[in-house]
Amino acid sequence: MAEDIKAKLENYHTAPFDTRFPNQNQTKNCWVNYVDYHRCQNALTAKGADTTPCEWYRRVYTSLCPMAWINSVIHE
Amino acid sequence: MAYPLQLGLQDATSPVMEELIQFHDHTLMIALLVSTMVFYTILTTVTSKLTNKNMLDSQGIETIWTIAPALILFLIAMPSLRLLYMMDEVNNPHLTVKTIGHQWYWSYEYTDYKNLEFDSYMIPTQDLIPGQFRLLETDHRMVVPTDSPVRMLITADDTIHSWAVPTLGVKMDAIPGRLNQTTFVVSHPGVFYGQCSEICGANHSFMPISVEAIPLIHFEDWSTSMLAKI
Repeated sequence: MAEDIKAKLENYHTAPFDTRFPNQNQTKNCWVNYVDYHRCQNALTAKGADTTPCEWYRRVYTSLCPMAWINSVIHE
Repeated sequence: MAYPLQLGLQDATSPVMEELIQFHDHTLMIALLVSTMVFYTILTTVTSKLTNKNMLDSQGIETIWTIAPALILFLIAMPSLRLLYMMDEVNNPHLTVKTIGHQWYWSYEYTDYKNLEFDSYMIPTQDLIPGQFRLLETDHRMVVPTDSPVRMLITADDTIHSWAVPTLGVKMDAIPGRLNQTTFVVSHPGVFYGQCSEICGANHSFMPISVEAIPLIHFEDWSTSMLAKI
């Protein structure tokens, strides 16, 4: 499992097609991946586990979300 | 790109645009044929010396001019729906580029690997060098690789704008707070222009889009050089 995620991360080009968001409006796609990254980080850190799987969500939301959106959430 | 006194669509630079042009030509031909036939019919009717005071109805012609238009509409709808669904097909993009509309310029972000972002302002007319195109050139172009599905995510910072490149068959509104997705594939290298397509204030006409498509092997060189510059 850990090797799978590392391989996936190494072969990452861009956010793949997500069947949950098949249409034109991708706002939720950006939001969900951003939230999932932080939830994943909190959950795995609380368990004391390796947080490498969370990297996937970070790559996806970085690809999708405008930098201004990410920065404004951080500063809020 | 556009040229003076142009009447038709720009030549296609993407497979979708090629299909759109074909559909447009097909539909326009039907419209021209129908218009010609109607015009001729009206003309001959109005200029005819014949009179018939006993004409009440005719089942034959009424049937024909009900079935024929339905058939014509069917012949337009079939390619239309085929193209509509083709444009919506899932294609796994190789690259995601975000563009944000501002008053009055576009900014582009390439964040799949490193965080490359830059602004793209129109080159003012007095600063053009000979050979450059008035109101279309920008200081930084959006560069994409050829033959690669590109995902565009379009949004805006302030008012509504719209990102359009006619030769690629792309137009998508840039709405603040919303991330609109469209995809395209550029078939051959070149520079392709577009203009903001939603009224956004005083300089709406002066925030063009220019897309430069280069072979993939050179794309990495470009992004490395841009990261070094910015």
